[in-house]
Amino acid sequence: MLTEDELKTIEEAVKIYPHRRAGCVEAMRAVQEKRGWVGDAEIGEIAALLGMTADELDGVATFYPFIFRRPVGRHVICVCDSVACWVMGHETVLDALKNRLGVPLGGTTADGRFTLLPISCIGACDRAPAVMIDGDLHGPVAPDAIPAILGRYK
Amino acid sequence: MKGSVEKPLTGDIRSDGKALSLAEYEKAGGYSALRKVLKEMTPKEVQDAVKAANLRGRGGAGFPTGMKWSFTPIGEGAPHPKFLISNSDEMEPGAFKDRVLMEGNPHQLIEGMIIAAYAIEADAAYIFLRWAYGESGSRIASALKEAYQAAYLGPSVAGSAYRLDMHVHVSAGRYICGEETALLNALEGRRAVPRAKPPFPGTNGLWGRPTVVNNAETLANVPHILKNGPEWYKGLSLSADGGTKVYTVSGRVRRPGFWELPMGTTIRDLLEEHAGGMVEGRTARAVIPGGGSTEFVLPELFDTPMTFDVMEKQAGSRLGTGTMIVLDDATCPVGIVRNLEAFFARESCGWCTPCRDGLPWIARILGDIEEGRGRREDLEVLAEHTWLLKMHHTYCALAPGAIEPLASALKLFEADFIHHIEEKRCPYRH
Repeated sequence: MLTEDELKTIEEAVKIYPHRRAGCVEAMRAVQEKRGWVGDAEIGEIAALLGMTADELDGVATFYPFIFRRPVGRHVICVCDSVACWVMGHETVLDALKNRLGVPLGGTTADGRFTLLPISCIGACDRAPAVMIDGDLHGPVAPDAIPAILGRYK
Repeated sequence: MKGSVEKPLTGDIRSDGKALSLAEYEKAGGYSALRKVLKEMTPKEVQDAVKAANLRGRGGAGFPTGMKWSFTPIGEGAPHPKFLISNSDEMEPGAFKDRVLMEGNPHQLIEGMIIAAYAIEADAAYIFLRWAYGESGSRIASALKEAYQAAYLGPSVAGSAYRLDMHVHVSAGRYICGEETALLNALEGRRAVPRAKPPFPGTNGLWGRPTVVNNAETLANVPHILKNGPEWYKGLSLSADGGTKVYTVSGRVRRPGFWELPMGTTIRDLLEEHAGGMVEGRTARAVIPGGGSTEFVLPELFDTPMTFDVMEKQAGSRLGTGTMIVLDDATCPVGIVRNLEAFFARESCGWCTPCRDGLPWIARILGDIEEGRGRREDLEVLAEHTWLLKMHHTYCALAPGAIEPLASALKLFEADFIHHIEEKRCPYRH
């Protein structure tokens, strides 16, 4: 069940559009901010609120890399793998993260602390290689700085 | 020498990295163009001024902005509501120019949007912002609040009879959202696949209403054109395309970053003078001058001025977004193309077959070649795909853009491809 708070946020979000379904990404974002991800039950509830079918909304949700339809860790690490980061050593950063966390891309650590994901260009090419953790931008990231960076996310 | 060192777009940006507040923006002359426009000019006159300034779209295609606006009906009998959208979904690999402008001076974008909205008599405006630009998002939200409080937005814009509302729409990733018709679907809460054109958004856009979609940097130019006039604006440029350009450089250069320079600055000036040249021990093998979807340019063409027309005519490439990525001599050209094609394959929306199936095929073949499993006939398959995926064979410009770096790499780095195939390994990995 969506909470009162979530319902309020969703109603606030759809106000800026003449058609309610335009607020569906914002609605899923509101739910994800609270719960970490968007489950089937929430998809069904949001769809009903916005006049969509659950399948329609799921079609939108699964189109986007930043809407999570499966549980993720408390912190989500997005490693940019696009061209400027690749040139500047993305692979060494990714290897260091995989080793440190002991999970492959797409994996979540056993303690539920981190999920490791690849991401397309995040517009931080002047700070390559770049990594985004929960919306915080880090870069340029040196592989040996990774333990200290991760230490800030409990 | 024609051109000047004026930096209208970035000159007022604070050096401490904070956003310009409303008071600071107004002190620097902000919103005076809007007041002047509302008092003295008709929407048609605003369009004419922007046409005369030769402002061309900064999102990559270079379409003349004033002309784009003129496709939307205005005046009595024009349909309402109409919409103006800032395409702030910057996701061209290598590009971060819009982020710099939105983070540093959000009011400049807002003022540009209000003037553009007035020029097409729009009723509402949206800033379509990518998820990854959270910092831009919070700064724009604060600036919008200030602009409403100062009555630059709302029922009576700057005391005039013009009414405009403006909102931020935060999207959730995907390169295709920058394609203007896919953007419209995304904003409406649908899967972000492109729409058939015609009809064009100028007459049938958001919710089927007349809509203009302009890139964020394009819109940031608008207040300066109206404040100082088209002749001044043209004088900023070293070329026929008006104004300055926010160029960026990334890769193994001494100072990766952004610089607002006269439109028509050469690749060499940008690379050597502004980015400080290559880091110790590396030399530039080529550049991708305009973001991931543009052709490689070799050093013998580095004196080419970076403008829309000259880059095509002289360098066989494109200005694109003006966001350069440097390929150095220790980086594998096959690897960089593989990386680019893997990006485009992932970001294909899947709507049309050539793009959905062709790009992953290209990416896999390039992976095979880079990892030493390539065959000579693979080069023919790749070359064939540069034809199969070209413009008008696909629904939108994503795949045609994707094959630009591939087609040029097959020509310019042929020897590297053959080395990989013959030696069955990547010669750049030790």
